[in-house]
Amino acid sequence: MELLITRHVKFQDRRVWLNGIVEHVSEAGSADKLFRSVYRYYDIDYPKFFKMDNLCKLAFLSAEGLLRGTDILQEYPGGEVAIILENASSSLEYDQKHVESIRDQNRYFPSPSVFVYTIPNIMVAEIAIRHKVKGENAVFIFEQFDPGLIYDYVSELFRNQQVSCCLSGWVECYGDHYQSLLFIIEQEDKIKRCKGLQEYVIFDTANMEKLFKGKSL
Amino acid sequence: MLDVFVGTSNTITSIGFSTAEHVKRIKAGQIGISIYPGGDLWPTPVPLSLIDSQRLLDLFREHLSKGKPDLQLDSFTRSEMLHILSISDVLKNSGVDIRDSRTLIILSTLKGNMDLLKKDRLPAIEPDRVYLWKWGEFLGSFFNSSNKPLVVSNACASGLLATLIGSRLIKAGRYDHVIAAGGDILTEFAVSGFQSFQSLSPKPCKPFDADRDGLSLGEGCGAIVLSRDHSLCGIPEKIVLAGGSCTNDAHHISGPLRTGEMFYVAIRKALREASLDPLDIDYISAHGTGTESYDETEAKALSWAGLEKVPVNSFKGYFGHTLGAAGIIESAIAIASMRNNELFRSAGFENPGTSDRINILTDHISREVNHCLKTASGFGGCNVAAVFKKI
Repeated sequence: MELLITRHVKFQDRRVWLNGIVEHVSEAGSADKLFRSVYRYYDIDYPKFFKMDNLCKLAFLSAEGLLRGTDILQEYPGGEVAIILENASSSLEYDQKHVESIRDQNRYFPSPSVFVYTIPNIMVAEIAIRHKVKGENAVFIFEQFDPGLIYDYVSELFRNQQVSCCLSGWVECYGDHYQSLLFIIEQEDKIKRCKGLQEYVIFDTANMEKLFKGKSL
Repeated sequence: MLDVFVGTSNTITSIGFSTAEHVKRIKAGQIGISIYPGGDLWPTPVPLSLIDSQRLLDLFREHLSKGKPDLQLDSFTRSEMLHILSISDVLKNSGVDIRDSRTLIILSTLKGNMDLLKKDRLPAIEPDRVYLWKWGEFLGSFFNSSNKPLVVSNACASGLLATLIGSRLIKAGRYDHVIAAGGDILTEFAVSGFQSFQSLSPKPCKPFDADRDGLSLGEGCGAIVLSRDHSLCGIPEKIVLAGGSCTNDAHHISGPLRTGEMFYVAIRKALREASLDPLDIDYISAHGTGTESYDETEAKALSWAGLEKVPVNSFKGYFGHTLGAAGIIESAIAIASMRNNELFRSAGFENPGTSDRINILTDHISREVNHCLKTASGFGGCNVAAVFKKI
């Protein structure tokens, strides 16, 4: 059974790439401004977006870029689609925000709308809710993108038939440092859609590394 | 099909520093949740289950003096001390070599060294150990492990998920042995956060009870050995992790899908992978936090799965919700129940309080336990089920 990366999205340096081609460039460099500009560009109407922390916004928009205009997920039962993500800073930005809210005994206002985003797998939940993805899910914390673990773990999920499609990759956001690479992994023999000229990439460690570094394949 | 054996374990909470000590205290009915009078963790009285700090320091000092006398006590955080003690204990009692390139440490936590974000950090501790990967790397280097530990952070389901991931990576042939360890210390961070959600009960928690009104937070750490080689597991019984599954509700970021549908799907898939029918299950170690919504949902899922007659308990009535450690600690004690063929009363439970009735243990009982289901769920809509099987 061959596993393929059938679509990939990257957010980095004010740019959004879809399948290796720059799709959108934001004028301003801050994470906030990029996310706002991409939200408008994608023409989304999703009020919950504005409640999210930046990590979730990045995960949400990356998934949006990956899936909009396609019916990929309609091909699979929600329970067979997995979301396996990695990042480095976990939810550190909101961890600090929560710590600030309890630093001063005279201004002591811990808030559920902040605290909930101190849990990194909320970014999985935001994607899951938007796209009705109900299968395996996990968040791993690495200093740098680790395609080896994704390869080992996701291959095993396919092998023991826990999943038939997987959204995976790297979603990192801390301050104005943001970087995501999100891709869809499918089984070669299950891909029914007519893909035209789109090229697939074999799901392996070297290819994930290349996608991450932005080198052409 | 390759078997993944579960072996010796360690458990640290308010009621003990080993799994055997937990079994002894639970048998004696000891509850580790007590009223914290108010202080650094929260300004007013609240029930918490806290690890004995003096005993922790004494044990850790002794541990360092035996193996690494050059290292200073104040160069370790509380979380690091707990994980080092837990992992050291399972290494001592098993044949697994942590320096072997075929051995992996998997760590599950919500917040790792989050106390380092406070300003009164000790000078001997680098601030970047607040990063979970750095915290993991520090623990790995303490043990001279060949592989950097893998850190999993999936809210309150992390511990059971880490165990399942360990078993999957062994089945994939990537590793031969895994130490699944995890824990969370109790900090103002966690207490204030759960208070802001109004999740904490003013009394020690009462999982599945009619009068339950919230969870009790517990500090905890645990470790459990997984290996493809039973002879290295450190226990005579052959118990395997026979199946497991993880699902997402795709419903709400901080509350369960109350129909229990996706929780049920996780249980069904775990049973299927283990090639077992619901009637084969002898015992369920439930997540059972004591909150209205999560217990209601879990009872519904168990009932859907045809498990309503199977004896079930939650250990959280003894030592609270230990967050990232919960799935590991509770699996460890459930496996002790399988080894000893004894099941424990679900502390805090008096009267049925879920719409779907399940068979909560109201007494300690002796019973042959060959197949055990362990469940967990948490924020982010994550549900996990795993089946342990004697072979």
